[in-house]
Amino acid sequence: MYTQALNQRGEGDERLLEDAAALERFQARIDAEERIEPNDWMPAQYRRTLTRQISQHAHSEIIGMQPEGNWITRAPSLRRKAALLAKIQDECGHGLYLYAAAETLGTSREELLDQLHSGRAKYSSIFNYPTLTWADMGTIGWLVDGAAIMNQIPLCRCSYGPYARAMIRVCKEESFHQRQGYEIMLALSRGNDEQKAMAQDALNRWWWPCLMMFGPPDTASQHSDASMRWKIKRFSNDELRQKFIDATVPQAHFLGLTIPDPELRCVDGHWQHGPLDWDEFARVIAGHGQCNRDRMAVRRRAHAEGEWVREAAAAFAAKHSAQLAAE
Amino acid sequence: MPTPNTPLWEVFIRSRNGLSHRHAGSLHAADATLALQAARDLYTRRGEGLSLWVVPSSAIVASDPQDKGMMFEPTASKIYRHPTFYDIPDEVGHM
Ligand SMILES: [Fe+2]
Ligand SMILES: [Fe+2]
Repeated sequence: MYTQALNQRGEGDERLLEDAAALERFQARIDAEERIEPNDWMPAQYRRTLTRQISQHAHSEIIGMQPEGNWITRAPSLRRKAALLAKIQDECGHGLYLYAAAETLGTSREELLDQLHSGRAKYSSIFNYPTLTWADMGTIGWLVDGAAIMNQIPLCRCSYGPYARAMIRVCKEESFHQRQGYEIMLALSRGNDEQKAMAQDALNRWWWPCLMMFGPPDTASQHSDASMRWKIKRFSNDELRQKFIDATVPQAHFLGLTIPDPELRCVDGHWQHGPLDWDEFARVIAGHGQCNRDRMAVRRRAHAEGEWVREAAAAFAAKHSAQLAAE
Repeated sequence: MPTPNTPLWEVFIRSRNGLSHRHAGSLHAADATLALQAARDLYTRRGEGLSLWVVPSSAIVASDPQDKGMMFEPTASKIYRHPTFYDIPDEVGHM
């Protein structure tokens, strides 16, 4: 029975090698809401799925520092600048918590970073859009972090202990991110006509990419079946997208902004949206978004420019431990 | 020359005096000084602690989850280790 749900290609042989009884015991632990810890037995595909998901999540956090980093030197006040710096530092921290969680599954951080730098690993499509105005800082905090929160809250109950614990830390920090973003939008939407137009323009550009952050529609999603059964995922992409829309449409109305969707309408308390451009999503994921090349170039350069620091720290540590050994 | 993998450290934080240090997570650093610095930046940005420990992850010796039964089950059968095992008349009062 466990074999039917694992319908990804190339997994067949491995499943035969895994003990059916062990798989059954594993699923029983999951069903009983037990947490799985690093040294526990787990199916190879559970390990691989989580390594991929957690490391992609980590990559997204650190690539996500770039679009906002673009505005640090041009923040309109010291208050905004301090908040933006603190937020970006948090995102770096989120990346590090997540790399640490991914490593407990047996792949080193160096290897995970190498997968990102060589283009073998992906990160969230949202960070391949450019940040053109200050209003983008508001919209990102409000909507991009808002979408991340929707996605991350159920992950606090993920079956894999280290991932769930990392998510609890992350979620505690995210609410400041969203509030500082919404506050920027409030200030702009209560400002002069130019400022209001800037806020509306940012919403127009970010709304659809934010809805696509939740991933392909349920009818087309590859990874959901096994992830749901293993309680890595608790809600489907479409369910999370709906929650997000229902939460943010009234927030946009409060700002006096218009959601750029002529088909948006409220049915039985839920906001129904028009069609999403999944071709655009596929293009961005495949590396052809507006900023993919730029983001990767910046990331690779930062890594290369840090090489001498890592080398020096390692040489210093080696010299000191040799001195200690000689004493 | 690629740098060798940076050692892993486990981070423990005492959140208030009177409480014990609790495991907060892990990080990579070349040596103990850098590990402490990184732990401060990574795990105490919002007043989470008053004291930090960093321990090389390789120094931790862990029990094997496979041996969980052998290690911990015998304690469950020793109910006489708990105060409720003993019958004391109510008249004696709280004990
Ligand atoms: Fe984050
Ligand atoms: Fe965030």
